[in-house]
Amino acid sequence: MAGTWVYVDHFKGTALPASYEAIAAAKALGSPVTALIFGQGVDALAQSAFHYGADAVLLGEDASLADYRAEAYASLLSKLAKEQQPDAVLFPTSSRAREIAAMVAIDLDTGVLVDVTEISQEGEGFVATHPIYAGKLLSKVTVAAKPALVTLRGRAFGKPVADASRSGTVTKVAAAVAEGDLQTKVVDYATVEGRVSLADAAVIVSGGRGVANNPALTPPAEITDEKEKEIWRAQQGFSMIGELAQALNGAVGASRAAVDAGYIPYANQVGQTGKVVSPDLYIALGISGAIQHLAGMRTSKVIVAVNKDPDAPIFKLARFGVVGDLYEIVPALTKAFKERLSK
Amino acid sequence: MKIAVFVKQVPDSAAKLSVENGTVNWGDAPLVINPWDEYAVEAALQLAEKHNGEVAAISLGAEDAKEALKHALAMGANSATLISDPALATADAAAAAKVFAAAVQKLGGVDLVIFGKQAIDSDTGLAAAMTARVLGWPVLSLVASIAALDAGTIKLERAIEEGRQVVESKLPAVLSIVKDFAEPRYPSFMGIRKASKAEVPLWSLADLGLSAPESKVRWSEISAPPAREVSSEMVTGASADEIAAKLADLIIAEGVL
Ligand SMILES: Cc1cc2nc3c(=O)[nH]c(=O)nc-3n(C[C@H](O)[C@H](O)[C@H](O)COP(=O)(O)OP(=O)(O)OC[C@H]3O[C@@H](n4cnc5c(N)ncnc54)[C@H](O)[C@@H]3O)c2cc1C
Repeated sequence: MAGTWVYVDHFKGTALPASYEAIAAAKALGSPVTALIFGQGVDALAQSAFHYGADAVLLGEDASLADYRAEAYASLLSKLAKEQQPDAVLFPTSSRAREIAAMVAIDLDTGVLVDVTEISQEGEGFVATHPIYAGKLLSKVTVAAKPALVTLRGRAFGKPVADASRSGTVTKVAAAVAEGDLQTKVVDYATVEGRVSLADAAVIVSGGRGVANNPALTPPAEITDEKEKEIWRAQQGFSMIGELAQALNGAVGASRAAVDAGYIPYANQVGQTGKVVSPDLYIALGISGAIQHLAGMRTSKVIVAVNKDPDAPIFKLARFGVVGDLYEIVPALTKAFKERLSK
Repeated sequence: MKIAVFVKQVPDSAAKLSVENGTVNWGDAPLVINPWDEYAVEAALQLAEKHNGEVAAISLGAEDAKEALKHALAMGANSATLISDPALATADAAAAAKVFAAAVQKLGGVDLVIFGKQAIDSDTGLAAAMTARVLGWPVLSLVASIAALDAGTIKLERAIEEGRQVVESKLPAVLSIVKDFAEPRYPSFMGIRKASKAEVPLWSLADLGLSAPESKVRWSEISAPPAREVSSEMVTGASADEIAAKLADLIIAEGVL
């Protein structure tokens, strides 16, 4: 079957929302859409794929596919694509999908367009837009070979609408590499406490170095080191920010300065060397707006900034700005939203 | 233990960029070693120190990429090699990976190949996985720490979106390193002196026994993103509560909640 394929990226059976965005984007290209789902015990994902627009599903289920492993997944995708010759394979831009796409490109001697924000079909080929230099420039790119492999930036293609009445055929496919021939083995897995899915969040509330200036709190007596005291105070500040995020059903982000100072884990960092995000609402608290931070959030729909410094560069990008102390504004704002959103 | 680490020279991330006649111009902003690659060099050096190894730094690029290599040397890499060939000026990630793989083969006896997570200019993050595939070696990306390493196997922790994954792999293998690994060391005074005197041999495609790999990705146009028109509004009031109430109403009126 030709047409457009979509790789449904999931973690232990939970699909990344961007996988469904990719199905919808593939649908918009006009050809029949086949969803690829690899794993073990993941057949429930096939139904969701149909609801979001897939016409067919290729389901690779095997013990050797139970844990994601680049070599096992890429080899299966390459084998299927060699047999069935799709025009394009779309992926969400996750670390897994990027890795698979990279390896399949080598196997099939084709190219990958990464993290694209727009895609269209021109004649036989695909033209896409890829932000480069941390979004400071846009590059128009095409693949001069088939299949075109394209990873789509999360939230760049709009929210897909599910239609529960849709269904289709599921074709089971066997793994391409036997367990004994795989070079890697997953031996353990641990969820990280307070894990954030910044890429999927519709609302992000971020704190910067300004969170260090917590006025009132006295750290517990056993903390004597000045640096530790500062970290402790900032962490209290981030839990206050967390309450605002929670009231808005959003995620907590941070600037690199806050991460480097040890206030919050690296997983929360937004920016050029952190996550690139594109929420509907981005609230920047005590963040100056350095170019590397802006690189990670400048495509947010509505940006709100609270900063003591009226000249902070972040205000240039903000739809709404407040010159003030985040420690006064944030609790009041949480209260105001709770009242209005009746939570 | 022989470790190859790839580094790239990129415009400083604060550079003001413009496009002139289809090429990117960064004015007089300095070129620097790709920040992600400093973590890769740090990881390579730590592994070499612990396992009696040597670190070979390699870069692909024009003459100025020597500076990234000198940075790696100053940090402590044992050797540096620049791959440079005019035929590679428009190489895509896959074409570059074929060149990287050939360089690893030419070095010979390499146990580990290490990359940074991605380059901050092209922002693709494909190099490690593609190079691994060309070599036929496993790729272990987003490595946050190494738990064990011996002649034939490695056990490490990967920082994936959902948490931490511990993976065991056979060697040789290709790694990409993330920030969690360790803060990159500063080049020492002695290191900088050594690096300034070091010879950086040049390898051309012919030296690698390659003809120019064909690039399947074409760049038709580079442009500046449309200027963001924001009508900014400063929200003021007599008290925090008043400001917060106004701000909440304004945000809700934007229809994003
Ligand atoms: C190669 C490279 C990559 C980088 N990558 C990233 C990245 O991915 N992400 C990132 O964020 N940065 C990145 N940076 C760092 C970036 O350059 C800035 O240093 C960083 O973003 C600054 O963080 P900040 O705004 O929190 O801190 P600062 O610039 O120190 O700003 C703190 C702000 O808080 C305000 N403030 C203080 N107290 C209060 C208060 N009580 N209430 C309200 N406001 C207050 C101050 O007025 C100030 O504007 C990178 C830098 C380099 C060189």
